[in-house]
Amino acid sequence: MNAGPAPPETAGASSLRRRFDRGVKSLTQGRLGRAAVIALPYAWLLLFLLLPILIVLKISFAEIALASPPYTPMLQWAEERTLALQVHLGNYAYLWQDPLYLGAYLNSLKVAAVSTILCLLIGYPMAYGIARAPAGWRIVLLMLVILPFWTSFLIRVYAWIGLLQGNGLINHLLLSIGLIDQPLVLLHSNFAVYLGIVYSYLPFMILPLYATLVRMDLTLLEAAADLGCPPWKAFLTVTLPLSMPGVIAGSLLVFIPAVGEFVIPDLLGGPDSLMIGKVLWTEFFSNRDWPVAAAVAIAMLAVILIPLLLFQRIGERETTGDRR
Amino acid sequence: MPQQRRDPAVLEAWQDPDARPFLEIQNVTKVFDAHTYAVDDVSLRIYKGEFFSLLGASGCGKSTLLRMLAGLERCTQGRILIEGQDITRMPPYERPVNMMFQSYALFPHMTVEQNVAFGLKQERLSGREIRSRVAEMLELVHMTEYARRRPDQLSGGQRQRVALARSLAKQPKLLLLDEPLGALDRKLRERTQFELVNIQERVGTTFIMVTHDQEEAMTMSSRLAVMDVGRILQVGTPSEIYEYPASRFIAGFIGAVNLFEGRVVSCEEELLVIQSDDAPGEIVMYHANPLAVGTPVTVALRPEKLRVLDTPPRDDRNWVQGTVREIGYLGDVSIYHVGTRQNRTVQVQVTNRARRTAGPLTWDDSVYLGWDNDAGVVLTA
Amino acid sequence: MTGRRPFWLFTALAFGYSFLYLPIITLIVYSFNDSRLVTVWGGFSTRWYAELFRNEQILSALWLSVRIAAMTATLAVILGTLAALTLVRFTHFRTRMLFAGMVAAPLVMPEVILGLSGLLMFVTLEQAIGWPPGRGMTTITIAHVTFTSAFVAVIVQSRLSQLDVSLEEAAMDLGARPWKVFFVIILPIISPALIAGWLLGFTLSMDDLVIASFVSGPGATTLPMVVYSSVRLGVSPQVNALATLIVVVVATGVIIAGWLLHRQTRRRDR
Repeated sequence: MNAGPAPPETAGASSLRRRFDRGVKSLTQGRLGRAAVIALPYAWLLLFLLLPILIVLKISFAEIALASPPYTPMLQWAEERTLALQVHLGNYAYLWQDPLYLGAYLNSLKVAAVSTILCLLIGYPMAYGIARAPAGWRIVLLMLVILPFWTSFLIRVYAWIGLLQGNGLINHLLLSIGLIDQPLVLLHSNFAVYLGIVYSYLPFMILPLYATLVRMDLTLLEAAADLGCPPWKAFLTVTLPLSMPGVIAGSLLVFIPAVGEFVIPDLLGGPDSLMIGKVLWTEFFSNRDWPVAAAVAIAMLAVILIPLLLFQRIGERETTGDRR
Repeated sequence: MPQQRRDPAVLEAWQDPDARPFLEIQNVTKVFDAHTYAVDDVSLRIYKGEFFSLLGASGCGKSTLLRMLAGLERCTQGRILIEGQDITRMPPYERPVNMMFQSYALFPHMTVEQNVAFGLKQERLSGREIRSRVAEMLELVHMTEYARRRPDQLSGGQRQRVALARSLAKQPKLLLLDEPLGALDRKLRERTQFELVNIQERVGTTFIMVTHDQEEAMTMSSRLAVMDVGRILQVGTPSEIYEYPASRFIAGFIGAVNLFEGRVVSCEEELLVIQSDDAPGEIVMYHANPLAVGTPVTVALRPEKLRVLDTPPRDDRNWVQGTVREIGYLGDVSIYHVGTRQNRTVQVQVTNRARRTAGPLTWDDSVYLGWDNDAGVVLTA
Repeated sequence: MTGRRPFWLFTALAFGYSFLYLPIITLIVYSFNDSRLVTVWGGFSTRWYAELFRNEQILSALWLSVRIAAMTATLAVILGTLAALTLVRFTHFRTRMLFAGMVAAPLVMPEVILGLSGLLMFVTLEQAIGWPPGRGMTTITIAHVTFTSAFVAVIVQSRLSQLDVSLEEAAMDLGARPWKVFFVIILPIISPALIAGWLLGFTLSMDDLVIASFVSGPGATTLPMVVYSSVRLGVSPQVNALATLIVVVVATGVIIAGWLLHRQTRRRDR
């Protein structure tokens, strides 16, 4: 059959634009509807999210003072009726010079990174196992992963205190079977912090991994086997690369909250397991030094934003690669 | 084939210069992103009771035009009038027009009944009226026993019928159908073509259908418009478009065709004599308008209009010679690809009148092909 | 090959699930221990439950937390849904990047920062305009809504972007005005996402210690704050009992939800 010349497709950009046009019309024919939808969340976020961070930024440039609130104002009427702008960089210099803060930052990153890798090592086989389980079992197994997440985070951390403490269950067990002569120091150690983070954030690793693994087309593995690829190699060359989006999502979901974690190092950690979230807490509640606490917070934001932007850049490159 | 029964008084309206069009599309243009012309200066007049098709490949602008008729897309320029009333700026929920969506767009949280009743409820009809109209519609599409089901409990064909019933329930003046049969498998599609035409005849509503399937457009429509890159190339009845395509593009787009390039060497009243490098002798064709000597033309010949001959014609006109290269056995007919001496491939279709495994010809047979001087059409575009 | 693979997968699952559940199970077991000590089994008893129900401090903290969480979840569903709608439907407006960034920010911001910035803002606002007068339930709720609505927005956004736009177009084509389309078509279809968002918001609010500690004032002590202060002093059998009750309530809820979901999908398949 002579089908004739194929007419040229209209530019891809137009379909995007078309979707936009559709969207505008559906809910919000009038400007009023549109404004009503946007205004409320926009105003809320500006007032209760952006403004607070700007205030933190402002206070991080102030000095501690014996006042209420306990810091110096940024704008002050000087004597000759001129408005003086006081920007005090001392807090940041202090963070940089005092080894306590720098150490806490580095330690937070290290603890978060190691915990993320541990979560991946434990979570990947579990997610794989759930995704390859019989369909009827999957939902039950998945529920069992989610269930602890819905119970109190604090109480899950607390559960480990009873297990790890000197006269706790684990030491008791090890002593009674004669493996050790005297109780091990498990609680208030770096080990306990790792354990607590892995335990608390494991579901966040498993869920995105499961989501990508269960969506994977199993005929790909059959094709690999058909082409002479042994199972372990098929896993490394097919399954693992295809589950990378899940690996990245899961890692971010564990790494980011772990960096700023307060409860776990506070309850399970020892004096040497300094993490930045705890430092901020102490600075604020115990030392009542609001400007330094604010500077710690701003620096922490920066520390977290950098890996995020990096990952986003990688993600963007991948999607543009797909399109090509 | 579900050809429309011709009621001359209604259906030949487009030939009557005094007839008032039901729908008028005047110079409608749709521009996306300031420079992409999805629909480019389209004008159409469609008459009451027509089954009109917009035919074209994907991206040709036919769906955009349909969506502008529904009010789902704003016209950049131009006007749309229904029975003389300008509806260009009217929002979709006020237009006397309903649409059957390609995805059917059945509300997943409502039963079949509630889906069909949805449009009627917006008109604030009484409960009894709604119930009786819904029952009537479900009967029309043979879905009465599925009234309480939800869309996800229906097959593709059943969903299609519910979508049709829902869009007809409000008794719109104009029904728009966006690829109404696109999601159905082949067998079901053919059956549904008949059904759709029957329903259209019964309710008498004007239908405008968008399709990329030329066979569908040919079998169902009273008239059709062929579109490409936002423009309308030709409007006409299916047979007009098939037998008298306006350009090589249309000739190739609808059905199979053999094209012979050449130049006019003489013009005797309505008979053109054409010299072509693709044929050994002259090609002689009827053509209504005289053409100047030397005009480059294309002769379009449908495969079923060619004949297999044993010898070249005595007058040395309208023939080619070649050998059979490919044979396509389709049951009722066979298609032969004949490689000519001029290094061209010509398709010829032969009806299989006797029962045998293949046609009368076999591979590498040497054949002569001839045609009458009214078998093809001379194209200048 | 097929014989060995399930074996190591089974081992991985068994190890993983015992890791997830053993601590919780010991909590439950020891909540029935008559002895105050973890290592000593003093016999079965429900005395810690009785003490828990007489503990005024815990009960009032629980009541406060429940009120805050219900309020938070409701407001977060409204805000989160509007935010999701904006992100999915209005792809072109100035400062959209800022808006999208603000919606997603609480997902990646450590709680200590959210808490600190919230408190500093409330202090500044009170100084500047006299509102909010002091800190307590209102300030906790505002801070909780701010961070939970991000989670609601993510859930609703993913549901909305799967929604076929032609459903809305069809409704409008059949004569429904835009606001009616929203309430009659969009809202019912995304309602499972709204329910999930509400439950998530409730849980996140009930569970939050850090933000509440920053923005609460005297007299407003939430349940996690009470638990935290008693846990800092070591193991407390009353907290074991409380934990057991929480696990029972949550497990019952999850099982009922799972059963309803299962029944719904089965009915649809029929």
